[in-house]
Amino acid sequence: MTQRLFMKGNEALAMAAIEAGCRYYFGYPITPQSDIPEYMSRELPKLGGEFIQAESEIASINMLLGASATGVRAMTSSSSPGISLKQEGISYMAGAELPGVIVNICRSGPGLGGIDASQADYFQAVKGGGHGGYHIIVLAPSSVQEMYDLTMLAFDLSDIYRIPAMVFGDSVIGQMKESFVPNPRPRRELSPKDWVVRGKGSGAQRVVKSLYLGDGELEAHNWKLHGRYGVLKEKETRWEEFLLDDAELVVAAFGSAARIAKSAVMEARGKGLRVGLLRPITLFPFPEKAFRAVTERCKKVLTVELNAGQMVEDVRLSVARDADVLFYGRPPGAGSLPTPEELLVQIEKNY
Amino acid sequence: MHQVFKKPVSLKDIQTHFCPGCHHGTFHRLVAEAMDEFGVQERTIGVASVGCSVFLYGYFDIDVVEAPHGRAPAVATGVKRARPDSFVFTYQGDGDLAAIGTSEIIHAANRGEDITVIFVNNTTYGMTGGQMAPTTLVGQRTSTSPYGRNRSKDGAPIRMAELLAQLEGVAFSARVAVNNPKNLMDAKRQIKKAFRYQVEGKGFSFIEALSSCPTNWGMDPLSANERVGSEMCSYFPLGVFKNDSGL
Repeated sequence: MTQRLFMKGNEALAMAAIEAGCRYYFGYPITPQSDIPEYMSRELPKLGGEFIQAESEIASINMLLGASATGVRAMTSSSSPGISLKQEGISYMAGAELPGVIVNICRSGPGLGGIDASQADYFQAVKGGGHGGYHIIVLAPSSVQEMYDLTMLAFDLSDIYRIPAMVFGDSVIGQMKESFVPNPRPRRELSPKDWVVRGKGSGAQRVVKSLYLGDGELEAHNWKLHGRYGVLKEKETRWEEFLLDDAELVVAAFGSAARIAKSAVMEARGKGLRVGLLRPITLFPFPEKAFRAVTERCKKVLTVELNAGQMVEDVRLSVARDADVLFYGRPPGAGSLPTPEELLVQIEKNY
Repeated sequence: MHQVFKKPVSLKDIQTHFCPGCHHGTFHRLVAEAMDEFGVQERTIGVASVGCSVFLYGYFDIDVVEAPHGRAPAVATGVKRARPDSFVFTYQGDGDLAAIGTSEIIHAANRGEDITVIFVNNTTYGMTGGQMAPTTLVGQRTSTSPYGRNRSKDGAPIRMAELLAQLEGVAFSARVAVNNPKNLMDAKRQIKKAFRYQVEGKGFSFIEALSSCPTNWGMDPLSANERVGSEMCSYFPLGVFKNDSGL
């Protein structure tokens, strides 16, 4: 029987990476995610893996690129300012169709900002944070259990679609301790990686690259990537529906904001208000169809985020035409994490 | 009949895009010959950089990963750690390695990664059209130093082979040129030594290869070749700056 553990979100994430077969980790210290490199530096050598504390975030992501090009499962993690530095490498990985897991335990900004829970990197995560017009898979856990489960899923999806995958958390999810079940790695059909560089042996040369200079080559390459994003949208969109059936108002929130929102929704229910929660689990692909479906009936959506309004734009693009999309959020920083009571006031005001 | 000269197996039978008089092609050949002589072609993973050197995979018949500008030593680190049995080398220019990629080269070298770095120094950014590089000589005119490199404003050119030799992690560091047959023969010896370090698992090896760039220097191939031997070799002396195991 699998036992229940009581651990920090960041540690559960690191544990899941190892369970998923990740044996290579490259990173750089930054609050509030340093538990991840600390865990990996302790555990990977015992398993014959490699841990490198790199000289920079830029070096870390490029080590990930190199390791991933040889076909192994590898990961890097950081927090917002460090993720900005990694964007160059993420764009190259997206261009070269390399899998790999990147963790952002998002902190507040802009600039050095602060270390408090934040969702202000939503745009950067889901719109392709680097140059060139691409997307990566973005998964948003809202519990320690999901830090564990979604990290394993991130490795699988990344390998299946040859798209980098990001686990997008924040210091609430990363730093809090909660009980969870460390499920064994689910069996999933994975195609062999016949594209990797390992030394050509007696076979044909293999090249991992993102440079396409021939007439029409790059356009065709881009259409191939975008076609794959379409398949992702069809097959891999995930979300949670909570008390939506009779809802007169839908709260939309992800990650730690969704936890706070769920408490507010339950308090509202206690007061007789018919309120539900729609929580995107995949931020890219975004659950467009789920929003469309629920707003065919319920015409009011209150989007709650730990930022000044980012996901709300995707909600607006997804809902039925006559639905009303409202927003409540605060730019993140010390003392600006909303309480359930605060959200209840917003629910009552907009109900 | 005894054949004394042939195309290295590790090179493809293909014409390069390099300009007439450029030394990249010669260095490609020397690297490929070393690869053949150690029999490592089948387990080699090359890391291409950004600049004229990016087409590595077009000329070498080996597996290649393309790295972002300057990041080849970090990419090579990831490759080598994941596949320690492979032979891993980077091939980088001076803008790539000595400007945007200084952090990556210094730290890969300092960790003593078991890789080989071929650093081609032609004192300019070739691919982008001849801008000033960290290795541009004082007084040298380029498209972004139209009045000549100014020592007080632009600093002096960086001598990477000597700089890296200071690091504990570096096992072998040498500077070579191919501007005449004597230097070419020596270049081949040093490149082989650099390879031997990795083949024997003896640590990080570094070759700085002085190259001409006739197109961006505004010279004919012959004068450009002469400049390598005169101006370049007097500021960037040829030689071995570190040879830990005395190979």
